[in-house]
Amino acid sequence: MCTYQTEKIEVDGSGKAAKGWFSLSHATVYVDHPVHAPYAHTVNIDFINPGEGPSARVPVELTEEAALALADAIHRALAAAPAGLASANQK
Amino acid sequence: MIDVMRAETITIAGHGGDEIEAYLARPLDEQPHAGVVVIHHMPGYDAATKEIVRRFAVNGYNALCPNLYSREAPGADPDDAAAAVRAAGGVPDERLVGDVDGAAKYLNALDGANGKIGVIGYCSGGRQTFLAGCSLQLDAAVDCYGAFVINEPPAGMPASMKPILGLAPQLSCPLLGLFGAEDQYPGPEEVQQLSAELDRLGKPHEFHTYEGAGHAFFAVDRPSYRPEAAVEGWRRVFDFFGKHLAA
Repeated sequence: MCTYQTEKIEVDGSGKAAKGWFSLSHATVYVDHPVHAPYAHTVNIDFINPGEGPSARVPVELTEEAALALADAIHRALAAAPAGLASANQK
Repeated sequence: MIDVMRAETITIAGHGGDEIEAYLARPLDEQPHAGVVVIHHMPGYDAATKEIVRRFAVNGYNALCPNLYSREAPGADPDDAAAAVRAAGGVPDERLVGDVDGAAKYLNALDGANGKIGVIGYCSGGRQTFLAGCSLQLDAAVDCYGAFVINEPPAGMPASMKPILGLAPQLSCPLLGLFGAEDQYPGPEEVQQLSAELDRLGKPHEFHTYEGAGHAFFAVDRPSYRPEAAVEGWRRVFDFFGKHLAA
């Protein structure tokens, strides 16, 4: 199915696409058909900056298991670092 | 079958006179040809869709696929364009109708056009085909597994995906519907409801639902591809257009 439903958040950071590095403004997360991954549906995450045009986009297409493992890994990595080290308000 | 054709990217006037990109394929013989407007699926104006356009040309049709994402993402890769349009809420219905109308006018202006126009669309393009058939004067329309013609989409969908069954009395042409029995969007019940409403209105239509097939069974580059349903479906498409688009 095409779910069309999209979670969209603001993000602060950078990503690299075909034309090189750019500043990110948003990320979208949606469960839908992948372009490349060999599954009917995947969890698709796009790191984007619409102000820089449609090609300012770093996409990944993950299985449900991979997406959840990624979320856990992010939490573990942050827990292992001093609090605030990678914060937008870091010193 | 025709073994000589020309296929290329062109610019056409779409909704509101906007210049939009489109992919044209046409047989290179001296015979009159009907026109087919191909409405691409939600993943965009991609390589697989262009292959479909060429397939119509080798089968004797002038075929044209407008890039529905031209405005938001000129020159972008199809997947980036689709993601940008998705994030922006999808293609507005009114604009879709204007773009299909522009494509039909372009096809009818080609040398050797026989004046007949068919429309075919896949996935979100299936719903858009029904929308075009109810909004424009067409000669034949093929809806390949279009959802949200009858049922409300789940919460969180863009407003542009609202049901359009209320337009059915204006359906201007025969409708061929090709669906997968295992599809949920549209599910078999939604397909039956649409068929019943068209029966009630006396609108000519022919629906086929394929067992063992789900959504996007025509998509040769996806795991959803079901060769038996796709081969049989293509036969239905060419029978249908052959019948309704002959001069």
